[in-house]
Amino acid sequence: MKHILIIFLLASFFITSCGPTSSAETASNSQAAYIENKGSDTIVNLALAWAEKYQSEHPDIRISVTGGGSGTGLASLINKTVDIANASRKIKTEELDQAKANGVDPVEHVIARDAIAVIVNPENPVNELTLQQISDVYSGKINNWKELGGDDRPIVRLSRETNSGTHVYFLETVLRLGSKTDKTLFSMDTLLLPSSEGIIAEIRQNPNAIGYDGLGYVPKDLKMIAIAKEPGSAYVLPSIATVNDKTYAIARDLYMYTNGQPTGAVKDYLDWIVAPEAQQIVAELGFVPALNPNSAP
Amino acid sequence: MEKSLTWREFIITRLIQASGYSAILFVALIFFFLLREGLPALWEVKLSDLFAVRWYPIENHFGLLPLLTGSLIVTIGATLVAVPFGIGTAVYISEIAPRWMREILKPLVELLGGLPSVVLGFLGILLLSPFLRVFLDLPTGLTALAGSLLLGGIAVPTVVSVAEDALDAVPRAYREGAWALGATRWQTIWRVTLPAAKSGVLTAIMLGVGRAIGETMTVMMVTGNAPVLAIKLGSIFSPVRTMTATIAAEMGEVANGSTHYHVLFFIGMVLFLISLGVNIAASSVVFRAKKRAERILS
Repeated sequence: MKHILIIFLLASFFITSCGPTSSAETASNSQAAYIENKGSDTIVNLALAWAEKYQSEHPDIRISVTGGGSGTGLASLINKTVDIANASRKIKTEELDQAKANGVDPVEHVIARDAIAVIVNPENPVNELTLQQISDVYSGKINNWKELGGDDRPIVRLSRETNSGTHVYFLETVLRLGSKTDKTLFSMDTLLLPSSEGIIAEIRQNPNAIGYDGLGYVPKDLKMIAIAKEPGSAYVLPSIATVNDKTYAIARDLYMYTNGQPTGAVKDYLDWIVAPEAQQIVAELGFVPALNPNSAP
Repeated sequence: MEKSLTWREFIITRLIQASGYSAILFVALIFFFLLREGLPALWEVKLSDLFAVRWYPIENHFGLLPLLTGSLIVTIGATLVAVPFGIGTAVYISEIAPRWMREILKPLVELLGGLPSVVLGFLGILLLSPFLRVFLDLPTGLTALAGSLLLGGIAVPTVVSVAEDALDAVPRAYREGAWALGATRWQTIWRVTLPAAKSGVLTAIMLGVGRAIGETMTVMMVTGNAPVLAIKLGSIFSPVRTMTATIAAEMGEVANGSTHYHVLFFIGMVLFLISLGVNIAASSVVFRAKKRAERILS
């Protein structure tokens, strides 16, 4: 989180220090447009990378990007203080009602996707699991790889720290299988490692371990598990293709919301974001490019 | 001339006095700040919940027992490593090693003390924990044992350095007296030199323990951070979560003024009280020993 802040500070410094001079040169071409962009911390790095690239190509546009969480971003959109709200979840019905009451009409744009891969040591013979099995492993109901068709070895569960958004997403989507009323928690002996690197280092040398991480961060020498949504359905490995056709279970869309259909500079920016050039940046940052942007205008 | 000298002396004495008192002031301020931020936890969370066995702050489970026992087991393990090893090294350097060896060993040990704990943590993740897993046939090497060994390693230079100074300060006449009475070298060390340097050696142990209990980075990297109650003897071979690692891992993301924030400060308070307790216990032991020695000598 700290480095996100530093990137943000650097970026805002960059924007404020270099913006005026470059826009002054091209001021004759067009009026400088200002886009305010705020929301999800998951997306903030991506949004910053886009804003930087876009501004270097369009010196007349200025984009300010802030994090704070999906809720913060959507609240600002409802209060009409931002042009684009970033969200790593769909807008809630309460928020939609608030928006309607305020005369705001949130329009959703899928701008990228985020998948979480479940990873094990390559020596581990287990290749595929159902979502329910992974949930049972992490909640402590299954304690030996033998029960999953593997060797007779204890299972060592690895997770990110509780403050990581990925941890919360994994808890909600996998452990609780998306159910809001389910109060299942991680088994108490789950190792909470402070970084992705810690998880990867442990799995690389320990055949007992199971862990999860963002698809873009999984190194080639570790094995990803193919996951079935329900017992009997097909086991699917995470990849850009399976995330996009929604057959891979642990993936979510990342959104930007605008007030009404976007116009002018905001529309140009959003169109640029879903175009291949900007989606290239998505892949570089470890997310999954949204190849079929279903709701882009 | 004379007057300016007394004036200068006056100012210098006051300055030294002020820096002496400032230590008290800073400790008091820090403790006050901890109390202000930590005490609200007591009425925001029920006492029975604070002493529960589950720590999962994002769903309001604030059981401190796993963290408390985790810290204790790692510190005890580290002490068991650091004390024999540290005092042994100090005795060797001060009593047995030839002069040239001493000249090499002492600076080397002090250099070891300057090693950043993150570096040790890296060694722990990449070398020690895989080795422990294979060697002891454990499910994972990220355990309290790995933390204890590394913390012991961190505490050893402190123990050696202070204990060696204390042994060095024992008058040569004590040893010569023992030899003259026909004591062997070992008897001299065990029965004369070490007891004579007792207060310094105890200080060395306490400083070492203090170093171990407050260490954060290494522990966070190698103990696995699983908040499990560590009360069995076998817990040393399983992952644990310490108080320091919890504060370090969670403080960065916590909302200012929330219950979780107050509980983290409460943990800081508990840590502070523990090290205060260790220090008081140590100085009272040293104090009593001194009094007894004075009584015998008089």
